[in-house]
Amino acid sequence: MSGPDLLGAILSLPVLIAMGVVIARRRPNLRESITVAGGVLLFGLVAMLAHSVELAFPPRLVLAEPLPGLQLALQPEPLGLLFALVAGFLWPVTSIYAIGYMRAHDEQNQTRFYAAFAVSIAAALGIALAANMLTLFVFYEVLTIATYPLVTHAGTDEARRAGRIYLGLLMGTSIGMLLLAMVWTWQLAGTLEFSRGGVFPDTIGGPVLGVLLVLYVLGTGKAALMPFHRWLPAAMVAPTPVSALLHAVAVVKAGVFTILKVTVYLFGLDTIAELAAADWLAALAGLTIVLASLVAMTRDNLKARLAYSTISQLGYIVLGAMLGVAAGAVGGGMHIAMHAFGKITLFFCAGAILVAAHKTRVSELDGLGRRMPLTMLAFTVGALSIVGLPPFGGTWSKWVLVQGTLDAGAWALTAVLLVSSLLNIVYLLAIPVRGFFVAGPAAAAEIREAPLPSLIAIAVTTTGCVVLFFWTEPLYRLTQAMVR
Amino acid sequence: MTLVEHLPVLVVILPLMAAPLCVVVDHRRAAWLIALAAAWLSLAGSIALLQQVHANGALDYQLGGWPPPWGIEYRVDLLGAYVLLIVCAIAALVLWFARLSVEREIAANRIVHFYAIFLLAFAGMVGMIATGDAFNLFVFLEISALSSYALISMGRDRRALNAAFQYLVMGTLGATFILIGIGFLYMMTGTLNMLDLAARLPAVSDTRTVRAGFAFLTVGIGLKLALFPLHLWLPNAYAYAPSTVTAFLSATATKVAVYVLLRFLLEVFGADFSLGRMPLDTFLLVLGLLGTLLASLVAIYQTDVKRMLAYSSVAQIGYMVLGIGLASTLGVTAAMLHLFNHALMKGALFLALGAVAYRIGSVTLRDFAGLGQRMPWTMSAIVIGGLSLIGVPPTVGFVSKWYLVQATLEQGLWPIAVLILIGSLLALIYIWKLVETAYFGRPAGDVAVVGEAPWSMQVSIWLLVGANLYFGIDTDLTVGVARDAAGSLLGGTG
Repeated sequence: MSGPDLLGAILSLPVLIAMGVVIARRRPNLRESITVAGGVLLFGLVAMLAHSVELAFPPRLVLAEPLPGLQLALQPEPLGLLFALVAGFLWPVTSIYAIGYMRAHDEQNQTRFYAAFAVSIAAALGIALAANMLTLFVFYEVLTIATYPLVTHAGTDEARRAGRIYLGLLMGTSIGMLLLAMVWTWQLAGTLEFSRGGVFPDTIGGPVLGVLLVLYVLGTGKAALMPFHRWLPAAMVAPTPVSALLHAVAVVKAGVFTILKVTVYLFGLDTIAELAAADWLAALAGLTIVLASLVAMTRDNLKARLAYSTISQLGYIVLGAMLGVAAGAVGGGMHIAMHAFGKITLFFCAGAILVAAHKTRVSELDGLGRRMPLTMLAFTVGALSIVGLPPFGGTWSKWVLVQGTLDAGAWALTAVLLVSSLLNIVYLLAIPVRGFFVAGPAAAAEIREAPLPSLIAIAVTTTGCVVLFFWTEPLYRLTQAMVR
Repeated sequence: MTLVEHLPVLVVILPLMAAPLCVVVDHRRAAWLIALAAAWLSLAGSIALLQQVHANGALDYQLGGWPPPWGIEYRVDLLGAYVLLIVCAIAALVLWFARLSVEREIAANRIVHFYAIFLLAFAGMVGMIATGDAFNLFVFLEISALSSYALISMGRDRRALNAAFQYLVMGTLGATFILIGIGFLYMMTGTLNMLDLAARLPAVSDTRTVRAGFAFLTVGIGLKLALFPLHLWLPNAYAYAPSTVTAFLSATATKVAVYVLLRFLLEVFGADFSLGRMPLDTFLLVLGLLGTLLASLVAIYQTDVKRMLAYSSVAQIGYMVLGIGLASTLGVTAAMLHLFNHALMKGALFLALGAVAYRIGSVTLRDFAGLGQRMPWTMSAIVIGGLSLIGVPPTVGFVSKWYLVQATLEQGLWPIAVLILIGSLLALIYIWKLVETAYFGRPAGDVAVVGEAPWSMQVSIWLLVGANLYFGIDTDLTVGVARDAAGSLLGGTG
């Protein structure tokens, strides 16, 4: 398959899977097989693309030209490939997990669930492979809309309220600020094409660029930078597979990915390094990291705690992007992958605890480690990876990010990263500690491990956390290629 | 002469002649077929016209062979052909949709008259677009206006009569102002032909008479296009009219008024006079913005969905007026683009409402509860039309917003760009109120199971929804024509 064909196949396959899911709605086994098999095939295609593509001459697929001179086009570049690989790998894994979870939990409307899920993945891949900001924006909005029925899946009043916050914040920021920034960029630079070193001519003054950067970063509501973070905890009302893949990986990573793309390919890191606005945004990211960690400590609901932990971790990536040094962007890029594996493991475990033990609160988990040792072990691994301890993947991204803050001479931010790691230990590791070492009611005999498909998925992502520690080379190569 | 040369007058004559034919035949199904055929033939004619005009420039037609300024001249240029296309397309699709909806909503003994009057309204609009004569334009304006009043009064609700009367008063006021304006211009120039007017006006433009004529014309047209704060007739008229009439008028009537505004401001008076020496650009900017924001706010609090979308129409007209007020090629392009795109959105939305009214007999917000499950196709159409109204890609609304924001940023008016986007967010609020009710609301009491609207209705709705998506991705036609037309209207002044 030639490059453009491959790009077309990657974008259309999930859409076809969504159709297949709808057609096979009366036969759940076939429906889920289509999702999983299609997902595996999709990952194969993405891997093929990542393997075959020559980054000096990337293939380009033009979908349409909606505005004169502005195309809807796909063109892979290193960071996008990284994001596509992560999303493409974790989707079939999540689908396997979802089979166990959704059936054990007797969820309604599973066809809509799997179909919307597939469309969301198509949108995420569109974001990953977008050749310019317009294409990225189009898929960004499609992702918001496609995930709305997933967030409101339960159909309860709570879900409806959550959906309102979700849509209001994500669309409000993107239409109110991101769109404005984009049209403004088009007006100033005459292009929205992602290009090395940025697109803005030198004649444009610092204040204008500063305002634009603020519009871009705050307009990307999916990055959940405070004060636009409220949608993420609200979205936790969704079924756990959604929280796991979309609200720990695809959607939120699409947000920070957008910010990285904008800083590296629209502004250029050199420009970012000179902007005062970038310093302020980095400070805001630092604040988000610490505040979200503090809030996470106060949350007793397991998924809410994980959501605030995600907000905090997303702050790392925004911070890395705002440093304006190579190590910051590389660390941010690596953290996209590392955090994805760690956090999805944690969510998988939270969902397993919900379906197997019917527990949603941290305070109810005392002694659960005796009954669900595998789940609790996986939770420990995921938590350690997010804290950033060896031998787990999270170590490296934090390492490079700390290096980035040192390169940029931002001592205060170095301190923020280190303090945050300590806070992570407090609010994440407390959970397995309770499970294993505190005796409690959750040790009741009737509780067993989660269904097998869910356990398989947990095993895969947990292994991923370890593998990424020893086998970081491809990740490092891709992220390095972004800034070289 | 070949057929093509007659096209400018044929598209007008066709519905005008078909109207009495409906009454003569006096058979319900036949009347519908006649109206449908007339509309589709006009559509075919307008497509041919657009191709012709695009290739060879404006088409002139001298009525009865009398050359201007003695005879009446019909003149279709790019702008005219473009608006003609959208009006004919909407008429064709609405009439296809109309059969079942009209049977349900109009008394049986009036159906034949309904189609005849509908055709007259249509003919009036097409005439306003095709004519190159200012007085002839007034005549067609009255034809379409009078028939619109009659159409609105046919609504099932008794309040439709009141709404039609309100519209009659305001509309007649507007038409009178327009007539006075045209009279003043005739007094000063001795001609009614628009091109002649354009040529002779600059010499006398510094007189009080011309300025007064300009003011009368602008206010009169402002009334017809429901420019804030002259919009008060519109919400009631749209809310109580029969569904098909609302769909047709919302997608065409105000659009034709915008066309007339463009024609007089930019061609007859010229941009230098109307937007330069007269302070109209600022007026239009401010009124457009106020209309957009206030009408959107009011829309949020409506409980009748038709009325909600009617207020939304006032808001959307604000965008178009604002684009004209920017007085730049890009701004006028954005206005014309939105004229076309808004017709597609509102056409789709009001037709979908018509389908809902056909099935459940009501369009209040409360009665939408649970419709997401019971009428999945219709509700999907409303969701997509709504997203287009908000301006989410890849719909036509996004393209409109893009150009409008770009046009404001081009002049450094970023606060206005921000306000435009706030308008989008207000649209998000009222559309999502509807979506939440339809998908999460529980129907009150035990409502009989309601099925999906018949396929003949779905065809029209989904053709328009498809157009909303198609022209959001392929904008060669819309952007291309709008830009060329704006360029030629503004000449070198842009």
